[in-house]
Amino acid sequence: MTENSSPIQTDVVVIGAGPIGLFSVFELGLYDMKTHLIDILDRVGGQCAELYPEKPIYDIPAVPVCKGSELIDRLMEQTKPFSPVFHLGQMAEKLEKTPEGLWRVSTDHGTVIDAKVVVLAAGGGSFVPKKMPIKGIEDYENKSVFYAVRKMDTFRGKHLVVAGGGDSALDWAVNLQPIAASVTLIHRRNEFRAAPDSVGKMRGLVSEGKMALKIANITGVTGADGQVSSLTLKEEGGEPYEMPCDCLLGFYGLTMKLGPVASFGVHFESELVPVDTSCFETNLPGVFAVGDINTYPGKMKLILSGFHEAALMAKKAFSYVHPDQRYRFQYTTSSSNLHTKLGKEDCNCKCK
Amino acid sequence: MRIFCTDLVGKVHELPATEEWSVMEIIREGGIPILAQCGGSCACATCHIYVKEPWKSRLPAPSEEEIGMLDGAFEVTEESRLACQVFYTKDLDGLEVTLAPGSM
Repeated sequence: MTENSSPIQTDVVVIGAGPIGLFSVFELGLYDMKTHLIDILDRVGGQCAELYPEKPIYDIPAVPVCKGSELIDRLMEQTKPFSPVFHLGQMAEKLEKTPEGLWRVSTDHGTVIDAKVVVLAAGGGSFVPKKMPIKGIEDYENKSVFYAVRKMDTFRGKHLVVAGGGDSALDWAVNLQPIAASVTLIHRRNEFRAAPDSVGKMRGLVSEGKMALKIANITGVTGADGQVSSLTLKEEGGEPYEMPCDCLLGFYGLTMKLGPVASFGVHFESELVPVDTSCFETNLPGVFAVGDINTYPGKMKLILSGFHEAALMAKKAFSYVHPDQRYRFQYTTSSSNLHTKLGKEDCNCKCK
Repeated sequence: MRIFCTDLVGKVHELPATEEWSVMEIIREGGIPILAQCGGSCACATCHIYVKEPWKSRLPAPSEEEIGMLDGAFEVTEESRLACQVFYTKDLDGLEVTLAPGSM
């Protein structure tokens, strides 16, 4: 998807759709600020969705226990009245100032958004595929070593090795098998944490002799000019040996890398953004940092800290988005104004 | 109470240990920049270490969850563990661990 039309106009761009990015939408929305969110993952939730969707969280105030995925579902429900716009599966690549004095955020998919305020809620950075820590492998990356499939045709007629034991590894091994010259699946153990159906298909192809399965670790690559010619494999307790190969696809899950946000002009110290704790603004006026990405004396990387940071951020953001208006502190419990924004006009409270 | 941690370039660090802490926390507190991206919830495999005998068999066996999560680590062997799932006790004084590729 490429959006070549004129930039999207909004009040606030939030980079990162994890729990703190989502709660920022809520806090900003209460004070009439419209948001667009960008996230590299193809779904919302950040670490809660990617790392621990099924793990319990016990330290959300007044929520004795909820799973990562439940927390995100609830936050999504909370943001609903404010109709945030999501740009998922995209990486925020560039931040610049427009001649009109707005912040312009561009993504790797060509989405361009102009806003008065930018909120970095990017946690530990972008989730990107884990790269194999093999000496010299970077010479082959994107030439004959890949961590994702963009075009299946890249693998047509190739002697392909697929590494990994999860859904991505098995799905691609099975799907590329008909067009590759050969497919060898390499995994560290003869057990697979993938959908039973995929495991069944893979085992079927292996037993028919249409796919090879090796229980081993890849410890080296050999080749020239970006073209792999063989891999070094090592089986438990055995000696390393070479296996011819001309394309390698590795699926070891995702890892967090700071990425392009580091070159936005925001000041970083040890991969974290120092902020003013009265408003969580960065060195750039109108650019804020909330959640795990920021640092200040006493900082604790907790979801609940990020929620607090989002509320104070929204207050200062208001002065950039609505400079002509006075910030009016209100309680959601009693403000009919806030009730209207939240779509709760039918409440029965004393505000009526 | 201490552990010995060998980093990725082979340097051995003697680190003070605290009872009930995970080995990941001890390494991090000792100033070695172990990745441990998920913060110790057995959800990312970026605190992969090797534990050799005689220490290996003195540790409680890994859970199914830890074994599964090791699929996301590199160069996994029979000595592989996730440091966030190995907890220090008094009888592990002198424990020797080695950081695995991808853990820094």
